[in-house]
Amino acid sequence: MAQKPIILSAEETVSARRELFRRKFMAFAFVSPLLLFLLFAFVAPISTMLYRSFYNPTVAVLIPQTIAAMKTWEGKSVPGTDVTAVFAAELKQLAKKRLSGQLAEALNRVRPGLSSIVKSTARKMRRAEDADLKEKGTELLMEANGVWAEKSTWRAVARAGKVYTVDNFLTALDLETNESGSIQRREATQIYVALYTKTLRIALIITVLSLLLGYPLAYYLANAPSKLANALMLMVLLPFWTSLLVRTTSWIALLQTNGVVNSTLIWSGLIDTPLELLYTQFSTVIAMTHILLPFMILPLYSVMKGIDPSYMRAALSMGSKPVPAFIRIYLPMSLPGLSAGALLVFIISVGYYITPALVGGTDGQMISNIIAFHMQQSNNWELAAALGTLLLILIVALYWTYDRLVGAGNIKLG
Amino acid sequence: MSSKSDSSFLQFKNVKKSYDQKTLVVKDFNLDVKKGEFVTLLGPSGSGKTTVLMMLAGFESITSGDITIQGESIKRTAPYRRNIGMVFQSYALFPHLTVSENLGYPLSVRKLDKSDIKAKVGNYLKLIELEAFGDRYPGQLSGGQRQRVALARALIYEPRLVLMDEPLGALDKKLREQMQFEISHLHHRLGFTVIYVTHDQTEALTMSSRIAVFNNGVVQQCAPPDDLYERPSNAFVAGFIGENNFISGNVSAHKKKTVSVAVPGGRKIVAQNADVGSGEKNCIISIRPEKIFIQPTAHAYDNEITAKFVARYYVGDFIRYNFRLADRTEITVKVLNDLAAPEFSEDEDAKLVWLTKDCFAFRKERQ
Ligand SMILES: Nc1ncnc2c1ncn2[C@@H]1O[C@H](COP(=O)(O)OP(=O)(O)O)[C@@H](O)[C@H]1O
Ligand SMILES: [Mg+2]
Repeated sequence: MAQKPIILSAEETVSARRELFRRKFMAFAFVSPLLLFLLFAFVAPISTMLYRSFYNPTVAVLIPQTIAAMKTWEGKSVPGTDVTAVFAAELKQLAKKRLSGQLAEALNRVRPGLSSIVKSTARKMRRAEDADLKEKGTELLMEANGVWAEKSTWRAVARAGKVYTVDNFLTALDLETNESGSIQRREATQIYVALYTKTLRIALIITVLSLLLGYPLAYYLANAPSKLANALMLMVLLPFWTSLLVRTTSWIALLQTNGVVNSTLIWSGLIDTPLELLYTQFSTVIAMTHILLPFMILPLYSVMKGIDPSYMRAALSMGSKPVPAFIRIYLPMSLPGLSAGALLVFIISVGYYITPALVGGTDGQMISNIIAFHMQQSNNWELAAALGTLLLILIVALYWTYDRLVGAGNIKLG
Repeated sequence: MSSKSDSSFLQFKNVKKSYDQKTLVVKDFNLDVKKGEFVTLLGPSGSGKTTVLMMLAGFESITSGDITIQGESIKRTAPYRRNIGMVFQSYALFPHLTVSENLGYPLSVRKLDKSDIKAKVGNYLKLIELEAFGDRYPGQLSGGQRQRVALARALIYEPRLVLMDEPLGALDKKLREQMQFEISHLHHRLGFTVIYVTHDQTEALTMSSRIAVFNNGVVQQCAPPDDLYERPSNAFVAGFIGENNFISGNVSAHKKKTVSVAVPGGRKIVAQNADVGSGEKNCIISIRPEKIFIQPTAHAYDNEITAKFVARYYVGDFIRYNFRLADRTEITVKVLNDLAAPEFSEDEDAKLVWLTKDCFAFRKERQ
């Protein structure tokens, strides 16, 4: 028997709608502080970073007229005097305002070696009269340095003048555009791809190490009497309560040439000369494994805690030996914790900065350290942003792969 | 040994267990189980039933004593070599394997052919009437279906012994009764030996060939259900199995199998002696509510006491009366709901009567 649908009266519909709206509004009101916070602290900076990696206004702002004049230049030969004279005049203005250094730096990024030439040319232009510059600016420029008579120089200027560019990404991937405009491997130094690879390798080693150390401990904790388990858990959590800096520096104390480890080894007669332990990849891996271990243990523990011991008992009673039973029954059941822990440790270590900076030396540097370098020392924020964006893409890609292979629904943090 | 194997397939000999090296959780447990028997360990929660089962399955060590199967000690046999099937209260069905894979697991461990496994799994799925559910995961089954799968998984490799630890504890009453029937049915059909643990006496009484009543780590009585109900051997069993009335009294005379007892509000009562020692002065008498009759009655009787009427409850198929003795002991009487069920007014005196063969005298527990 088909039931007649119950129809609400108009009044009831209105009040039901109002009730629904009220509930939605309340829910929104509860999460809105967090949403606002996320917007300011997360969405905005990341969008800025993404934008920064494409947006490159420096040169266009410094020499706007030159860049405008170059719009029609086709790049087949050295540009005409309409460009070069304007450039000479703008150089003089920059030199007066002490901004030629900025231009030199920006052009140098596109074509290494241009820095000193730009600076010296700017000094010469400063000495020239405005009228002279107007009449024979081109000649003055050519006299100042022969580089200005090469069309490749002007190509570099044109490239640097583009407000939106993928150059930073090419640099971050160790690529460049050649004369004919196609993309090739950079002929000069190749550093970033190797650094990414190294970062991933170090992160992988740290993940595997913390898994090997954390899994048995988490298993023990999950099955120990609660009193003992709580005491041991406290020790696992202890690192969270001490400053990261303290923990990292204590590794310096342990690993340095005259540190605890070396002294002990020498004292015990195992070695004669101290080992180089600090400022290596080894020290980065050891210190970071120590710091990230709780991130592996906690999700594992909480998942294992929920696995009833009767599963293993059932497997054993059915005649399965302990090791096969573990592999076939326990391991798959602990997989959600395992993948959550591994993913957490891997992603955190890929982007880790402070520990490699302090104990890594040159050998133990990771991609974050080079990003920091470009932000703080070389002042190349655009490249830093591109490197950061690539790192973000890398992590998202890894997560996506993981989701395809294992399923993100399998992650369980507690 | 083989001559003995039939009379006692499984034997517990003076088994003791301590978890903390101080107190015994199981104190001197003895039990002989014949092949094909359905033996139930019945006792209140915390009385050590699970511990006994775990020692038998090999997941807990035996502090002292020995367990033998077919005359051979299994003390040093690893759990996975004991060939014992187990049904857990939580079912312990592997959540990441399908029903068929769960059933096939013990067979694949035994390295059977793929085709043999498939055939056998099919048979057992049919046996538990879940043929269409082979490809489902345990999470997609109802409680009763999971229970049946757990049962089939413990039986499929034909272990020499099947242990069940409160397997129906998580089901509601109706399903529980249905599963009790199904387990009994399978037991009759396949003839395996079962050690069954429960704290539910109805379950124990309906399913078992024998019941071992457990309390404080000691077997109080081990007997077939009717014996246990009709002839309890001590006050704990009398109180734990079914409903019972207890009256304290003073022993006035010991006979061969009976004792005479003076009780409040009555003359001498003659009761069967269960475990009252010859020197003891105090005892407790038990009579089941349905064995007491209210005067006037056509039933024969040996004992009679006077009690004050308190209340009368209409239950349906029977009527329940509450009376009170002079020392305020409550007495419950169950009378079939027919024309003979009398009416009383409050505090009216009634005469309650019963047969000597239905009442037992027990030693007073020294607590
Ligand atoms: N692993 C254990 N460690 C210490 N004490 C236990 C352990 N298992 C059970 N006990 C104790 O042993 C007693 C009997 O428990 P158990 O055998 O589970 O009883 P039952 O199954 O009859 O409810 C209880 O008092 C319980 O606290
Ligand atoms: Mg139990």
